This record gives sequence, structure tokens and C-alpha cells, in this order.
Amino acid sequence: MDLKPGSRWKSAVCSAECVVVRPPKSAGVLGCGGAPVVALDGTASGGTVDPAFAGGVLIGKRYVDETSGIEVLGTKHGQGSLSFDGRALALKEAKPLPASD
Amino acid sequence: MQTTLLLDIAADADPDLRAVGDWTLAEMRAQAKRAAAAAASDNVGQIVYCGLNGAIVPQLLFGAGYAGLPFCPLNYRLPDEQLNALVARTAPALLVVADEMAARIGVHEGVTVMHVSAFEAAMCTAPEFDGYAENDTAVLLFTSGTTGAPKAAVLRHENLTSYILNTVDLLAAEADETALVSVPNYHIAGISAILSSVYGGRRIVYLSAFSPEDWVRTVDVERVTHAMLVPTMLDRVLDAAANAGSSLPSLRALSYGGGRMPEPVIARAMTALPHVGFVNAYGLTETSSTIALLGAEDHRTAFAATNPAVRRRLHSVGKPLPGIEIEIRGADGKSVLAAGESGEVYVRGAQVSGEYLGKKITDDKGWFATNDGGSMDAEGYLFVEGRLDDVIVRGGENISPGEIEDCLRAHPAVADCAVIGLPCAQWGEKIGAVVVARGGADEGALAAHIRAALRSTKTPEAWFFTEELPYNETGKLLRRDLKKLYSGG
Repeated sequence: MDLKPGSRWKSAVCSAECVVVRPPKSAGVLGCGGAPVVALDGTASGGTVDPAFAGGVLIGKRYVDETSGIEVLGTKHGQGSLSFDGRALALKEAKPLPASD
Repeated sequence: MQTTLLLDIAADADPDLRAVGDWTLAEMRAQAKRAAAAAASDNVGQIVYCGLNGAIVPQLLFGAGYAGLPFCPLNYRLPDEQLNALVARTAPALLVVADEMAARIGVHEGVTVMHVSAFEAAMCTAPEFDGYAENDTAVLLFTSGTTGAPKAAVLRHENLTSYILNTVDLLAAEADETALVSVPNYHIAGISAILSSVYGGRRIVYLSAFSPEDWVRTVDVERVTHAMLVPTMLDRVLDAAANAGSSLPSLRALSYGGGRMPEPVIARAMTALPHVGFVNAYGLTETSSTIALLGAEDHRTAFAATNPAVRRRLHSVGKPLPGIEIEIRGADGKSVLAAGESGEVYVRGAQVSGEYLGKKITDDKGWFATNDGGSMDAEGYLFVEGRLDDVIVRGGENISPGEIEDCLRAHPAVADCAVIGLPCAQWGEKIGAVVVARGGADEGALAAHIRAALRSTKTPEAWFFTEELPYNETGKLLRRDLKKLYSGG
């Protein structure tokens, strides 16, 4: 799983899609809904969302794992939630800024 | 991450949202991919544009991105000779030039020239580019080059996408939000406005070239909610709105930057447009646009304040953006100064490029020296005093022109002014003031005003009165022109 910045992924088990904004410091597995994500143009295996990873992905929100440093942007809503090597990613709260340009 | 991904994400999520004029996000992406197909060829190293604002600008910006080529918009206001010198430096390139400007461009080895009309015709028949290409460099912008030959600032995809992801929420704009873009496309704000608006889901309306009357008319006709102006434009816009009898009712947010905002102008604007939130944004080409901003609430608080420390923040550029660190350093370039002390503004962050073609000038820890003088108050508000090159050194004392100009502008007889250093046998430099007077003004009264507000060593010793000060089209005062003109006197 080459989680380079700008790479696009989708959940194998729900409708969620995401983009890697910052790569992890070392290799690992990005999951959604408890299953490894697949490349956006790949084929989703299907299956069900693991209730332990069912918090949901929201479009436009960013999710981070402090241990690995990975940061992921939600680009399509889905029921599953994101994880890295089994650790749940946390929602990154951002204060809205006024437009400056 | 490539800047085209910003468009891809937005267009996938809401394809029918209007992006630029009547083009939707999906249509904008299709157009950009046709532009990429029409432009890409083995002997094109970058896509260069010379022309006014319009939908062609985002099409070329994103088209260049899809094709894996840098986009380089040129300053069409330069004299022909300088413009052609820049064109020659872009080879190997495809130059897309506005039809009405094409006659100004000579023949340059390695530069293929296409008129906009011919390029748009080629786009009509081109397939959508379906390859995938990447380039580290997204945009090349030539600096204004007031000191020698213009330098090509390099903005990498990583710089620009960091800026957008740190400051804009995906498609978070209200459905009716419309941004009026009147800054030229060769200015960093013209580039960042495209990326912010597309990713944030705010429709762009272009003013092909700025005039205050057209600006006011376009705001009213297009129901513009957001706009950015340079300080010299704001005063003229307020005049034009008053003449047209418009209170600009659709406008919600007005940001300004690119130069010092005179207090009487912002005070007038806040009084005339109480429904508008004002944002002061500070940034440089080399920092991918804004690095600090003073928001609407801070404006209102400062404007209403009687405490001088709070009131003073109306002159501040606010606080650093997320992902940005700012330090004020002393003359050695190393020591970090305490709150309230003036030094040079240093900045660090992923959006900071600090790079010109062939030359990276950030230090080994990633800090970029802005060449702007400034200070930070105890609450972290940044005050920018102007270019360090413009500081007047009089008898060993460093004097910032900005402070004296602010003080002069507060005098009712002063419509506009500039303070410059002039050669002086006794002090090395002496302070000269160039004043555009409103009604009658005499230098004795103005000198007394400065002496009372500041101190005698900051009181100009040479006074000149003129009809108009020289600004460039992005609102920068051309101090060097004034220095040259008045140095003999």
C-alpha cells in the first residue's frame, strides 16, 4: 500500500473515499470500516463495516494518527471510519478561517 | 499532492456547482483536460499566458497541472522590451497570448506562440487529456523586479496545496457565494483565489481589468459576496459606490493586502459598509499568498476600542495562519526579538517556497527572511512596517517610513503621502515627505503635526507637494521612482 501524498483510496466495505494528505512515517495499513482500503480505481471486495470502526467518514474533514503521522482527507461520505494499523484515526478539528484571497 | 487534485476532489463531490462564470466544476475540469491535451507536446516545458483575466486563466492553470507542466502568467503591463525578455526566458514553452496583445510579442527560439482564440479553437476539438503527469513545480511568477532583473519565484504543488488544505474547507461555501477577482493573474493572489474558490466551492466572477466603476457594477449585477482589493483600490471603490448610490448590499467579506492600508481609508470603509466583514491579509509571492490575517471581529474590536494598544491593531496584519510560524529577528538574522521590538519578519511552513529558479533561499531549518520589517505585540498580533530596503538610516537611527506616513495621513490636509530617505551629507540620509495635499497645506503645519505626534528626529526635513503618487497596478508605491526624482533637491 503506497500511501504517498495525493494518492486516492476507497473503502472496501462502504461508500467512503479519501486522499492521503501526509504520508505515514513508516509503512502500514490504512483501513476503513475495519478492512484495508483499496485504490480508487481498484475493485472493492465488499463485506460489512466492523462495528468497532463505524464512526463514519465525512467529506472535507481531515483525520490523523499521531503515532504514524498519517493525515487523510475524506472526499466521499461513508459509514466506516478510518484506521491505521488498527488504530482509529482522530478527527482533526480546524477553526474556519475567513477568505483572504 | 498536485493542485489538480483540489479540482478533482471538488468536481467529484459536486460536479454541477458553478465554478467560474457559468462553467460548472465538471465543465471546468473537462476544459482544463482539453487545454492539457491541446498544449502538451515534447517541446513544451511550460505553459505561459499573457492576457487579461477570464475563464482561460483557471483552464490553463489546471490544464498545465494535468499535463505536468508549470504555469507561468506574465505581466502584460511591462514595456514591450521587458515583456519579450521574460518570454525569451520561458523557453521551451507554449505562450498563449490574448489576440489583442499578440502583436507585442516577437519571435523567440523555443517559444511557440498561440493566440487565445486559436488555442480555444484547438481545445474544442481536443480530447480530454487522459494521461497522468506530475511535476514538482505548479506555478512560476516573475517578481516585479524593482531592483534589477525580475526573479522567477517557484511555487511547488506542495506549497500551494498545503496553503489551501490549511486554510479552506472543502465545498464549505454557502450556495450563493461569489468571489470577484480583480487582481491580475500574474499576481500570487490571482492564483490563490482560483485554488481557494474551486476547493471551497465559491463561484468566481472575473473583472478582466480593474476600474472602480466596473467593480461596483459587477458586485451589484453578479451579487458578489466576497472580494479582495489592494489598499489603493479600496478608496476608489468607495468613491465609485457613493457616486453610483450603491451600498454594495450583496457584499459580505472584503479582504485587502499587498500594501499598507491607510487608517482613514479602512475607517471610512467600515463606516460606509457596516454589513461587510473586513480581512487584512499579509503574504508574499514566495509564501504562496496569505501567512497572517486580521479577521472581521478583530477589525470591529479595534475600531471600537479606546485602549490605544487595542485600537492600534487596526494597523496589524493579525495572527499567523495554521501551519505557519513567524519570528521577528534582529539585524544578525539569528536572535529572536521580544514582543514589541522591531526587526525582520521570518516565516516557516509547508506553504513557504522561498525559492527562485535555480536558487533556494530558505535557511537549513526552513526559515524564509521576508525582507519586511515588523514587530509582534504581546498578544501575538503582527505589525508589518514595510520593506527593509525602504528603511531610512538617519544619523545611525533606523526610521520606518510607514509610521511617519500613517501619522501624516491622519492630518486632514493630507490626501496621500510617501516618506523616503534622501542623500544628506550631515546625516547620511535625511527624511523627505512627498505629499498630495487636500486643499491648502503648508509644510510648517505638517512638520509641527509630526513633531507633536512622534519626535523631532522623525520629522521630515524636505517637503515636496505633488498631484499624484506613483503606484504600480497591484498597489505598491514605487518609492525608488520618488527617490530618484527628489534626490537632486
